[in-house]
Amino acid sequence: MKQAVLKHEARITQDLPGKTVIVTRDFDAPLEKVWRAFSQRDILDKWWAPKPFGIETRSLDFKPGGIWHFCMLTTKGERFWWRVDYIAIDPQRSITTTSGPSDENGSLNDGIPTMQRVTEFKSTPTGTLVTITIKFEDEAHLQKMVEGGMLAGTTAVFNNLDELLGSDII
Amino acid sequence: MHRDIFHAIADPTRRSILVLLASQAMTPNAIAEHFDTTRQAVSKHIQILAECEAINQQRNGREIYYHFNPTKMKEIDQWLELFRKQWETRLDQLDELLKDL
Repeated sequence: MKQAVLKHEARITQDLPGKTVIVTRDFDAPLEKVWRAFSQRDILDKWWAPKPFGIETRSLDFKPGGIWHFCMLTTKGERFWWRVDYIAIDPQRSITTTSGPSDENGSLNDGIPTMQRVTEFKSTPTGTLVTITIKFEDEAHLQKMVEGGMLAGTTAVFNNLDELLGSDII
Repeated sequence: MHRDIFHAIADPTRRSILVLLASQAMTPNAIAEHFDTTRQAVSKHIQILAECEAINQQRNGREIYYHFNPTKMKEIDQWLELFRKQWETRLDQLDELLKDL
């Protein structure tokens, strides 16, 4: 057994009738630092893709009306393009986006985003509390959120299970 | 109109019907007795639940019985589990990174 250390964990609540998932997490870092991690391309590229997946950002324009266009890279070299539209930005407080799977030119696959996300930042005595509220439209969109964000369907979970087990995230 | 499992559970009456059927299969009449609304209104809700595959019907002689279909809810649960995992991993990575920023 590992030595016990105080560790923060994501707390996730879901409201299925409301098609909403809320993720909250504490960080020891000050708000200014956490805000940079959510808004700067070079930092986002270092953590946004859940391992063992990679990420390639084609463009990121962090301002209301701006777009973040990137792809998730699977270990097999498959690319899943994704487009995030910045709807509203309240510096050091909140980021409101819509997003969905896209093609490599940045056009949304179905012409409409599959989810809305509001990320809120609050200073705490020990660091920063981040609250992420994600709202999806329907069942098919829930599936797309998962596929585009991390997995190429459930098969990929099993294909990558060995690598996941061998890495340090589990 | 497109119907999915979220449409099924969006309405409080439909959620109550699902709770009833989760404990036992029931006829439309037996279901309707639990509600103050008209039989027609309840019947409409039952129809929507069936279209969303949240319940199945089975004929027993002259009676139709409705059964809760847990498979559909499990599917949603699995997708949500993957989604949760994705966010947990992502935010753990951020936590590690913030230590070096």
